[in-house]
Amino acid sequence: MLDLHHLQKHYSGQKAVNDISFSVKKGSIFGLLGPNGAGKTTLLRMITGIFYPDQGEIIFDGKPFDPLQDVQQIGYMPEERGLYKKMKIGEQVMYLAQLKGLSKQEALQKIKYWFEKLEMESWWNKKVEDLSKGMSQKLQFVVTVLHEPKLIILDEPFSGLDPMNANLIKDEIYALAKKGSTIIFSTHRMEQVEEICDHIVLMNLGSKMLDGTVQDIKQQFKENKFHIRLSEPFQPPTSSLFEVVDHTDNALTLKLQEGTLSNDVLQYFISQSQTIESFHEILPTLNDIFIRLVEGTQATARAFQSANN
Amino acid sequence: MNKILLIARREFLTRVQKKTFLLTTIGVPLLIATFYAALIYFQIKSTDHFSIAVLDQANVFSGKLENKKNEITFKFVQSDTTTLKKQLDNHTYEAYIYIPADFNITRGDSVELRSGKTLGMLTREDIERTIGKVLEEKRLLMLNVSKAQIDSIQHQKDPIKFTSATGQKETDSKVGISYLVGMIAGFLIYIILFVYGSMVMRGVMEEKVSRIAEVIVSSVKPFQLMMGKITGIGMVGLVQFLIWFVLVFGIQFALPLIFPELAANVQQQPMPSAGAQAANAVQSSGGLTHLMEGLQTINFPLIIGCFIFYFLGGYFLYSSLFAAVGSAVNEDPQDAQSLLFPIMMPIIFAIVIMTKAVNDPNSTLAIFGSLFPFTSPIVMMARIAHGIPEGVTVVQLIISMLLLIITFLGTTWLAAKIYRTGILLYGKKITWKEMIKWTFRKS
Repeated sequence: MLDLHHLQKHYSGQKAVNDISFSVKKGSIFGLLGPNGAGKTTLLRMITGIFYPDQGEIIFDGKPFDPLQDVQQIGYMPEERGLYKKMKIGEQVMYLAQLKGLSKQEALQKIKYWFEKLEMESWWNKKVEDLSKGMSQKLQFVVTVLHEPKLIILDEPFSGLDPMNANLIKDEIYALAKKGSTIIFSTHRMEQVEEICDHIVLMNLGSKMLDGTVQDIKQQFKENKFHIRLSEPFQPPTSSLFEVVDHTDNALTLKLQEGTLSNDVLQYFISQSQTIESFHEILPTLNDIFIRLVEGTQATARAFQSANN
Repeated sequence: MNKILLIARREFLTRVQKKTFLLTTIGVPLLIATFYAALIYFQIKSTDHFSIAVLDQANVFSGKLENKKNEITFKFVQSDTTTLKKQLDNHTYEAYIYIPADFNITRGDSVELRSGKTLGMLTREDIERTIGKVLEEKRLLMLNVSKAQIDSIQHQKDPIKFTSATGQKETDSKVGISYLVGMIAGFLIYIILFVYGSMVMRGVMEEKVSRIAEVIVSSVKPFQLMMGKITGIGMVGLVQFLIWFVLVFGIQFALPLIFPELAANVQQQPMPSAGAQAANAVQSSGGLTHLMEGLQTINFPLIIGCFIFYFLGGYFLYSSLFAAVGSAVNEDPQDAQSLLFPIMMPIIFAIVIMTKAVNDPNSTLAIFGSLFPFTSPIVMMARIAHGIPEGVTVVQLIISMLLLIITFLGTTWLAAKIYRTGILLYGKKITWKEMIKWTFRKS
């Protein structure tokens, strides 16, 4: 659906985007991650045709990207939301839909469909300034997907939404992907990425640092840690098989030594005649991977929100 | 193109549908009309009565000085300067003139007027004229010129006939009316450039601040957004002027019907403000009939045609620059001030040249100003009011128009480059230097 080849964009000597290549499959949900100032927005603006790359090329749907024609096929929700505050919502959505090339008839029909679906019918004559932040977020989402674009780019789509509305939007995103739309997601909320995205790319300081599926990346960064829970309290043992990283009365976190298999560990505890209640591998969260990768560079890791809040 | 129209339509409708649009469109001319009505009213009903005591010991005036009805009265008294001084203090008189017995007009003695308060310009002029006329007559009589001769000299009018090269008679009233029309047209364009230019600027700022610009430029090109905005607001301006045009003509026809005495008074009163010269010219050559004659010599289709052209040309030229400034400014409107300065300079410069050009449409400065595209929309209106070819030659007009079109294409191109970078750049104070750098960078 979308292939980027060696994209570059410079701002007064600074490399905002430096040699980025990746491809996004049709119908997939793709996560573009990175700390603030990593160049995500610049990259997205190049994909939406707002900026031209200094170098490199974008292949959109098999053909070189032509901003004039292809913007009709793209829906972009920028991180900084924007709507005309004083304009009536109905007129506003109509206007933005017509700018995307829809006829009046089509636009009206689609707006009705979406407004009904997201329970927004009563909003038609209201103004944006009368809406709460979450409500205008919903409206912005409708504006983005209204013209049924092949490629939907969402920059932090859930910020400001309550869990109910966030779920509503999430379901819509899944539904759109199922219908064949490709979705690019830019965020630094890791738990959402783990939940939603098929494939991610991590950017930092304008360069690509990671590229792969969520599972692959977790496998790649796993540290051979396991969690074991026993039925009775147990003194942390010492063994050549593993190292005890952490423990409570009857639970242990183990880091397996090189070459140790998980079955060896189980056998060890069974031979100690312990009853094992649970045993599972601890995979690093994307958040951990992130912080580990970014902290090594000059970029501030503080920019990330923790996955737990 | 279609998208520019869509954007222009929104810009137009959101402004025209606002209540304030109707309010300003109807309110502003009403306000101006009320202002002038009040001004004329106070002129007519001026209760500022000025009485002057005349102690004429040399009997220069022979006890006779023309009073000005309701304004200035001369009163001949037989007393001395000390009583007069006292009377000045207790406001029996506002001023007194003392002419000593040894006063000799042929020697060039001057009449002295002492007043308790400062005299207004108009009052001073009136007194000067009245007394001067008597003294002049006296002097002439002493040179053995008969009263009949003086009268006949005074009744001879228009000693010089001004005729243009084509043989057309240039009456005072025509020159006066041309002056007035040129002045009004020039000022209107000046106001348009400012009002609608800053309207464009505020529109751009609003889009930038509310961050909708990014949503829109992901659907249309920044150039289309800018042009749409400029076109839409330009249409608002045209519609507003159309309404004003209709209103002004409506009022002009309606007023004399409603207040017949007002219309009669107006032609007797000197009009204040910029039109004074014109009005004076009109008066001296005989009131409303001459005014009408003067108006008929003005080529209104030419002026209105040129007005619309220079209105649009000047508006497009400047509004694109205003848009560029708007795109470079962040939330703080203070920033706009310093960026606006280089744009406002030529406009102010133009109005200065215009006030000169309206007097002397063929001076070098006027010709330069009317060709130089940054001042031509204002200055050319002053020249065109004098007609072709008296005010401006056809060749100059065509060159001026071409230059304006070329320049407006140039500034729009330039502004578009600044605009497309500025509109998406937040949180940074931008200087002209940086903006110029953007224009030379390839996109």
